[in-house]
Amino acid sequence: MGKIRNFFNQGGLLLFVAGRVLAGIPIVLALSILVFMATQALPGDAAVSYLANTATPERLEAIRAQLHLSDPIWLQYIHWATAAMHLDFGTTLTGETQVTTILAERIQNTLILMGSAGMVAIPLSIAIGVFAAVRRGKLFDNVSSLITLILAALPEFVVAIFVVFLLATNVFQIFPAIAFIDPGTLAWSRPDMLVLPTLTLVLAVTPYVSRIMRGSMIEVMESEYIQMARLKGLSERTVILRHALPNAIAPTIQVIALQLAWLAGGVVVVEAVFAYPGIGTVMIDSVKGRDLPIVQAITLMIATLYVVLNILADIGTILSTPRLRTKYARKNNTSDVFAAMSGDE
Amino acid sequence: MNKIVKPKSQMRVLTALTFKQMYAKIGAGLVGAIIFIALFGPLFAPHTFDEFIDAPNAGRSPQLLLGADYMGRDVWARFLCGGRSIIGLSFVSTILGVGLGLIIGLFAASAKARTDSLIMRGNDILLAFPQIVFVLLVVSGFGSSIFLIALTVGFTHAPRTARIIRAAAAEVMERDFIKAAIAVGEKRRRIILSELLPNVTSPLLVEFGLRMTYSIGLVAAVSFLGLGLQPPAADWGLMINENRGSMTVQPWAVLTPILAIAIFTIGVNFITDSFAKAAIGINRKGKE
Repeated sequence: MGKIRNFFNQGGLLLFVAGRVLAGIPIVLALSILVFMATQALPGDAAVSYLANTATPERLEAIRAQLHLSDPIWLQYIHWATAAMHLDFGTTLTGETQVTTILAERIQNTLILMGSAGMVAIPLSIAIGVFAAVRRGKLFDNVSSLITLILAALPEFVVAIFVVFLLATNVFQIFPAIAFIDPGTLAWSRPDMLVLPTLTLVLAVTPYVSRIMRGSMIEVMESEYIQMARLKGLSERTVILRHALPNAIAPTIQVIALQLAWLAGGVVVVEAVFAYPGIGTVMIDSVKGRDLPIVQAITLMIATLYVVLNILADIGTILSTPRLRTKYARKNNTSDVFAAMSGDE
Repeated sequence: MNKIVKPKSQMRVLTALTFKQMYAKIGAGLVGAIIFIALFGPLFAPHTFDEFIDAPNAGRSPQLLLGADYMGRDVWARFLCGGRSIIGLSFVSTILGVGLGLIIGLFAASAKARTDSLIMRGNDILLAFPQIVFVLLVVSGFGSSIFLIALTVGFTHAPRTARIIRAAAAEVMERDFIKAAIAVGEKRRRIILSELLPNVTSPLLVEFGLRMTYSIGLVAAVSFLGLGLQPPAADWGLMINENRGSMTVQPWAVLTPILAIAIFTIGVNFITDSFAKAAIGINRKGKE
């Protein structure tokens, strides 16, 4: 830990984070253009397709004005993007409600769901992966390999329906099949409603992470420094927990980040199954109602989350890999400017 | 002549090694069964899929093997007719997506460093959209049609496949026979088709299997969300969605299509996993 603290103090991480965040900005810009192109820049007229057969000239005009449809496309984009930068995604097409107001509470619910799924799934899959690697070729390894292979194949809504069938409606009636959470209250006020959606996401994420963890752990366990640790006479427990595990985790961090980013997509379908009041259900409803401003806002947020998670994963990989840690720290030491900036030492 | 014969025989060895494994055999059986139902199921259907036969949610009886659905239609008939759309669409979108990804990946790997990194950066940007979210985004803009869904699902596969193929092809590009081909002055097209392509077949096939499982999940999820085929069509995803509300009284209308989807994806995954294991085994031998 001391080394990590040292690394922070040297400002190496700060510099690295700043670089990665800067590199993320053009990516988010490109994402926003894509989101805009995929919806607003339709070949036809968005106003006509939105109103379909309820279109009257006055209503068409109103919608066109609201979406700035008479402006050239690049100007429409700039309007939309500058507002989006202030977290203003306009009003919904159906009413006068601000998109941001609708989403604010829903986002918290979705983050609660993703967070609880991540907090269960990550330690669980690391434990399964390590245990399977240690017992390689034995019963636990074979059984967990088969189960994770099956679970990895199943689409998340299939898992969700199985979970409902088993624990909510048909076999056992323990947990509610639908998440009734009063509007205005957050999801953790009703933990019982969170159980099944969380379980579904955990079952969807765990197989991937645990399989990577197992592979990485097997590779580490075959290395010479583990042999050395054993020859020193350390207990197997110390060898696994202190010597093998920290080295095996580094390659897994990227996969964990990818899986968390995947959760942001998987959560959409899972929320729909449980009618969980998060951004996923809003997204589905808005897609059905073709309420473009909401769909654009949610898509952009989810894609941005992916970029942020990737940056976090890169930082995590560096922190958990001593070789990279010292490389970035040293780079910094040679530069007087940054050493002066960090100021601490 | 040698050049063409060699990769083919390697392929045959790989296939043989794959299907020696028990999981691959089980997987082939599962996948075969579901494809059979999807293709020929409608021939065995005792009723048409949109006939009203009995009371809504009627239980199982000798006439109705699996009972009636929420509108009183034969679940068994709807199950037999409902596989074509989902399996067909998944195949189409997988072929489109993996094909496009393959072209992008091979092109990037054989291009100049600057073009390569430009393509792959653009590619990475597309990766930021979870596949289902991107499909929903397009559906919200363009409305839902099954062709659009197949196309979009395929499109979301492409950057993911491209990344895998580029990585594999970039390794091949470093080998001596490619350098020899370049030195001899072979055209790039020829290098891509007859030197690169045969040497990325194993990652390509693994990728195809993986993408196939995701395709089914996506296509089924879109129908399940009510944005794919519209009623009264028979489609496994749609069946699950329609009958979910009455699962307590008539579980078969939900369980049958969902088991079919599960069996198919598990089967594909078993084959893919065995193939990947066989490919790793061959590569290890090659290195020793």
